[in-house]
Amino acid sequence: MLEGLYQGLATAFSIEMLLMVVAGCLIGTFIGMLPGLGPMSIIAIMIPIAIKLGDPSAALILLAGVYYGAIFGGSTSSILINAPGVASTVASSFDGYPLSRSGQAGKALTVAAVSSFAGGTVGAILLMIFAPALASVALVFHSAEYFAMMVVGLSAIAAFAGSGQVSKAIIMTIMGLMLSTIGEGALFFQPRFTGGVLALQSGIGFITLAMAIFALPEAIYLILDRKRSKQGDGENGGEIKNLRISKSEAKQIAPVIGRQSIQGFFIGVLPGAGATIASFLGYAVERNIASEEERKQFGKGSVKGLAAPETANNAACTGSFVPLLTLGIPGSGTTAILLGALIALNVTPGPRLMIDEPQIFWGVIISMYLGNLILLILNLPLIPYIAKILLVPRNFLIPFILFFTLMGAYIGQNNATELLLLVGMGVIATVLRFAKYPLAPMLIGFILGPMLENNFARSMQIADGVSFIWERPITLGLLIFAAILVILPSYRSHRMKVQAKKQNAMPEGD
Amino acid sequence: MALDKVIALVFLLVCLLYGYVAFYTMDATLPPFMKHNPIWPSSLPKILAVLGIVASLFVILGKSEPQDEDGDDINYRQLANYEYGKAVAMLLLMVGYALGLSTLGFLLSTCLFLFLGTWILGERRWLLSIIVSLIAAFFVWYLVQQVLGIYLRPLPSFFAR
Repeated sequence: MLEGLYQGLATAFSIEMLLMVVAGCLIGTFIGMLPGLGPMSIIAIMIPIAIKLGDPSAALILLAGVYYGAIFGGSTSSILINAPGVASTVASSFDGYPLSRSGQAGKALTVAAVSSFAGGTVGAILLMIFAPALASVALVFHSAEYFAMMVVGLSAIAAFAGSGQVSKAIIMTIMGLMLSTIGEGALFFQPRFTGGVLALQSGIGFITLAMAIFALPEAIYLILDRKRSKQGDGENGGEIKNLRISKSEAKQIAPVIGRQSIQGFFIGVLPGAGATIASFLGYAVERNIASEEERKQFGKGSVKGLAAPETANNAACTGSFVPLLTLGIPGSGTTAILLGALIALNVTPGPRLMIDEPQIFWGVIISMYLGNLILLILNLPLIPYIAKILLVPRNFLIPFILFFTLMGAYIGQNNATELLLLVGMGVIATVLRFAKYPLAPMLIGFILGPMLENNFARSMQIADGVSFIWERPITLGLLIFAAILVILPSYRSHRMKVQAKKQNAMPEGD
Repeated sequence: MALDKVIALVFLLVCLLYGYVAFYTMDATLPPFMKHNPIWPSSLPKILAVLGIVASLFVILGKSEPQDEDGDDINYRQLANYEYGKAVAMLLLMVGYALGLSTLGFLLSTCLFLFLGTWILGERRWLLSIIVSLIAAFFVWYLVQQVLGIYLRPLPSFFAR
């Protein structure tokens, strides 16, 4: 193993390779900020350039830089303008955006950069150690287990239901699931709920819904309430300089980063919705185990709530390389495109890769370390400038936010009907927000819906009934875990209410 | 009736409609060979419809929770105090952009969108705003089409071939 590591290091540490990483990180970060262009599309766009390089290691190093850059860029738009362009950064906007609204955009971006770095690095170390062993675990997971995983992911919605709002969160989840059934499912070749509209045949685009739910209502709020965008006046510029993480905050997020990089990595190993599920679950788990005081901060700008999904999604992205490199199975859209690039470069990932071409295997891992490190070094000094986006006067900022949400939906689907859909759903989302319905569960339901249904259908077909639920121990265990995640918060709040009643029987305004 | 209950009521109606489609019309179009499957395309929608009806009834019949006022959230009951006219105008502008994109071309419609957007929000330095819109529209078009290779029709349709 050490010999391979040495070979990898020797390949990666040359001026040419370092330039590749720097270029990749910069390209990834800046293009990734545009909603609608996630890591997957940016890597796809960069493939011709990578192939032209000819050298597989150089190509991989460039692509790794682009990949990590794009993930960070995506988080930037989630944090600064509440416009998550990729499913895996949706959870980062829950606490990242409130933080940047309170004038701590610089700090939020720093937390994101540091926790992504930690997640990615720990992930790469785990990948190095566990890759061969994990390959066999990934094969144990069948549709039934995936179905159970999706249910666990859905149970994360409980984290967004404030006191007594559980039924509202459930309504929103169901609404998201219903939206996901529109269009043609993968398993049944039958259009459902399209109402004969051709544009709906392929379903509603993820980006369209994400923009309609998060970015558009926020922009409308900014228009409605002039006071709301006070950071945009260019007067309180001093606040944005505050980008240091204080010692107490570092203490708060360190254990979160530790836990989530490991949890995220192992979720990422499973082919499927790796990074997205990992980020939602990371958020939900951290919220559940946080102390009473800290839990109240979640959703209102908690550094923990931002560090958790950021760490988890980067660790999971690294984890998704396990099945790719050891089995040749791409676990996500991005790794599928990387697989294509590898094959075009005459490298076949699979069990023999580590033996036949160790320099590539280790080259990939080393390039991940490098990509992460360079990204951190490049971006920390850039953060103050990136955060200045918020200093653009609101008269210009708001039209631009709206324009980018429109572009995101348009680039994804190349279809003007999608834009009308975006505006329509944005108005509905705004009304829902007026009534304080939590919007995040709707998007979670929408993302997980198709995976949930497909895996459930497949396991039903294999087992010819629902018997798989109790016959497969992992499935059963995961489902029980999901039930605990849902019940625990409501049980807690119930117990608190009872205690509060016992303790102070004093009359208090309801 | 509080807005959250009105929404739950609307959602209940949506669920009833959705459930009606799932229970009574979808299975009719099912090809015979798929009838042997343990799960049908309508299975999940049926479950969702029932769950949705139950959940919305919970909200409609439950008592309204006292909501924690954040102080910075918008109170819809006093919508008149906010700049709702501008919000509506911006939404209409977005619809206009969606409709105009294919006929006017990307560059012109984007410039118009950005310029009118800043104007609606109260920007009166029109020269600055025209310059900014022009640069932004051209820059994004260059990035997306020339660099990334995603086609956006740059010019009005009557100019193109």
